[in-house]
Amino acid sequence: MDKVLEIRDLHTSFFTHVGEVKAVRGVNIDIYKGEAVGIVGESGCGKSVTSLSIMRLVPSPGKIIKGEIYFNGEDLLKKSEKEMQRIRGNRISMVFQDPMTSLNPVYTIGDQLMEPLRVHKKMDAKSARQQAIELLKAVGIPDPERRFDQYPHEFSGGMRQRVMIAMALSCQPELMIADEPTTALDVTIQAQILELLKQLKAEYNMSIMLITHDLGIVADLCSRVIVMYAGIIVEQGTTKEIFYDPKHPYTWGLLRSVPRINMLSKKRLVPIDGQPPDLLKPPKGCPFMPRCRYAMKICKEQSPELYSVSETHKAACWLLDPRAPAVRWDKEEVNFR
Amino acid sequence: MSCSNEVLIEVKELKKYFPVRGGLIGGKKEVLKAVDGVTFSIYKGETLGLVGESGCGKTTVGRTILKLYSPTSGRIIFDGDDITDLNDRQMRPYRKRMQIIFQDPYASLNPRMTVGDIIAESIDIHNIAKGEERKAIIYDLLNKVGLSKEHANRYPHEFSGGQRQRIGIARALAVNPEFIVCDEPISALDVSIQAQIVNLLEDLQDELGLTYLFIAHDLSMVKHISDRVGVMYLGKLVELAPSDELYDRPLHPYTRALLSAIPIPDPDATQQRKRIILKGDVPTPINPPSGCRFRTRCPIARERCAEEEPVTKDFGGGHMVACHFVE
Repeated sequence: MDKVLEIRDLHTSFFTHVGEVKAVRGVNIDIYKGEAVGIVGESGCGKSVTSLSIMRLVPSPGKIIKGEIYFNGEDLLKKSEKEMQRIRGNRISMVFQDPMTSLNPVYTIGDQLMEPLRVHKKMDAKSARQQAIELLKAVGIPDPERRFDQYPHEFSGGMRQRVMIAMALSCQPELMIADEPTTALDVTIQAQILELLKQLKAEYNMSIMLITHDLGIVADLCSRVIVMYAGIIVEQGTTKEIFYDPKHPYTWGLLRSVPRINMLSKKRLVPIDGQPPDLLKPPKGCPFMPRCRYAMKICKEQSPELYSVSETHKAACWLLDPRAPAVRWDKEEVNFR
Repeated sequence: MSCSNEVLIEVKELKKYFPVRGGLIGGKKEVLKAVDGVTFSIYKGETLGLVGESGCGKTTVGRTILKLYSPTSGRIIFDGDDITDLNDRQMRPYRKRMQIIFQDPYASLNPRMTVGDIIAESIDIHNIAKGEERKAIIYDLLNKVGLSKEHANRYPHEFSGGQRQRIGIARALAVNPEFIVCDEPISALDVSIQAQIVNLLEDLQDELGLTYLFIAHDLSMVKHISDRVGVMYLGKLVELAPSDELYDRPLHPYTRALLSAIPIPDPDATQQRKRIILKGDVPTPINPPSGCRFRTRCPIARERCAEEEPVTKDFGGGHMVACHFVE
């Protein structure tokens, strides 16, 4: 399979008055053609900064310090701003979390939808309009001809997110980055959007990088999962490997701390105690060590290497070292009914 | 969690309308029917969950019960006393007995007050304690919610979201309430922190015999914490049942769709189940649909649904449903 995206040893930091906040600290990600990959983690784990780094949209005082980001073999970090403009919204597009603030309130939906078509595809006004209406139809907006001339405030949250997706799709990108695309939406609307993404992925053979904190959405949409914590990847594998045979104690903690609808009710949740580390001073060893109930002496001193569990499954944890005591993930604690 | 058969709160046909102005200048007056005739009881020591999508009126129900909004009509009975028409002064003794925990731990704590003063504000208002005794109460509360007494002199900005929510809980507990409205207390928190707060709320309930109204849109969490769950849609309570019963045997078509829409963190289970995808969006509560309010999105709606509003019926074991076509 062809790689659409290849991120090598990405480091992105924010240079604040208090000091350097190391938001992304050496991340490697591969995304293949036509697959959906979920990036999960909690706020501040670096998942959004990674996606902004791909688009070269890291806001000041943030900076990409080192690494390579290959998109179809070309290093995006070596591109000029002008070249990047030809890629953004055209070959790589992005859907942001908040549909309420990511549309321009003073332009009509139609104008905003036609913009990428006119800029990137050099379409004339008439065919751009036609294409934009087709797109609105494709994302399930009823009465698209009338909706075309309306303003964002006349659309509900779910409708706006559909418009955002329509915009992201307009130039048939090879890669769509969706950063928490459904977090601001209600569950029934979320279900509509997820169905839409699945259908579009199959139709256009598009790759999707889905950034979320919701494990349920990942289980539904993605074939592979990457778990991030404190700016590094702690575990990655196929969705089944991560959900049924996770190896990193942080992944165990994430899976244990969410109740599920098919779980026996009134069973006590197992939270992860403590807080994530301060990225101004990232710890020398494993960043999860202070919250890990299996932490050993070495975890404090040296950060763990990425151990391969299978060809697709990797985890950065000293427990996978042959010299570590055998600790197993207790499936019972998740309690499927 | 032990819940008795004694009713602590009884809400009868509660309505709360808000005036809204139509048009830019003047325009004709319209009303937004946020809560439109809701009836339920909460038993002592119980957790009643309230779920629904944004704009369904769940938060308004919580705030109206506490008389933070004055109800448009209906009755609110707290521990046998009708508190619906009490004025602010008459409400005071009841304010000590009912408290609220807010959704946003960043906006609900005064940034210029120390944590100790935030927690003790209601102690001061109700003249419960002074000096050393007041200090002792603050330290005890901090300890109860998993913080330490050194935190009393710090300011909210020094704390993370989870810790702030703990401060919010300590503030609610300061006057020894019997009843707490938890209004989306975990929605703003990270996944790993949510479980910490939910466990804390459960422990406090066991220890202090508290009664909760737990409002949230996260159905898995509501199911986890609640004894009974009510489902709201556009200002109406469409279904109310013991939580396992509701999730095992949802009867209202809206509840079914809502449950089927929850993402399950289990890839195999997700592949197997069938989703009910609702069409369209929730209509505006300013001009709600006639008859049954869910009919515009309902997969089984018929003519009768537009003409006649369904009455709430008991389908056994306190499983209440408002739908014409449930057998």
